[in-house]
Amino acid sequence: MKILLVDDSRTIRNIQKSTLATMGHTDILEAADGVEALAVLADVRPDLVLVDWNMPNMDGITLIRKVRETDQKLPMIMVTTEAEKTRVMEALRAGVNNYVVKPFTAETLAEKINATMSKLGVPA
Amino acid sequence: MDVRYINPFIASIKNVFSTMVQTEVTVGKPVLKPTNDRAVDVSSVIGLSGDIVGAVVLGFSCDVACKLASTFAGIEMTLDHADFSDAIGELANMVAGNAKKDFTGHDVSISLPSVIVGKGHHVSQLKTSPRLVIPCSSAAGSFDVEIAMVVKKAPVTETEVAVAGV
Repeated sequence: MKILLVDDSRTIRNIQKSTLATMGHTDILEAADGVEALAVLADVRPDLVLVDWNMPNMDGITLIRKVRETDQKLPMIMVTTEAEKTRVMEALRAGVNNYVVKPFTAETLAEKINATMSKLGVPA
Repeated sequence: MDVRYINPFIASIKNVFSTMVQTEVTVGKPVLKPTNDRAVDVSSVIGLSGDIVGAVVLGFSCDVACKLASTFAGIEMTLDHADFSDAIGELANMVAGNAKKDFTGHDVSISLPSVIVGKGHHVSQLKTSPRLVIPCSSAAGSFDVEIAMVVKKAPVTETEVAVAGV
């Protein structure tokens, strides 16, 4: 499974990569903001995208809305410090399939990924 | 400063360091920041805007910052590591973001983190608001979380939210 990680923090991307590696996923693409992510998505369609909310140049919610204009089915999980109910609702309305609040444990991230892929009928 | 705005930071500090740094943090009694405050070597700053404006500053000695960043990132980190500021900034991001979710009725945004590295520096904050320091201790050593904020807009009540249909 090919997974795109979108987060301006390389530390967070590395932590996510470690968790994904323990789940057997090593085919990872990375982007540091929404603009970079769109450039990646223009060439490759991954099986899953993990996306942060607060990033420079283009934030995660804008990225999700742009992706959903042309791709309704790409599995996307928001991974962010934004934890208010209003923010979660906004992200769900924009089209995310699941939501992980930072700080997160490796177990929580793995559970959310598995649950998302299972719900969408995609083998994780 | 109202405890309604301090307690979320205390809970957030404990949660972030316990979950992401595998380090239990003991929080001391918050105190008003003295004019002759302790100098720090590494500061991580997050701005608050919206219904509440101000900033949150995590202040560390070099030694403590490197230990915490190393544990968080899972690799040995010194001040000159390419990802040192990224790691320290992300810790502040999570502390502020996790705290603001409990500012019930307020719409608050946080800035991207800024990290300052320099032996023995001070961070100047808003002079118009109380500046509180939450002293923190951990197995990696002591550090401070400083909060300066002004409530610009009263919180929206549950009734107001229901009437507005939000």
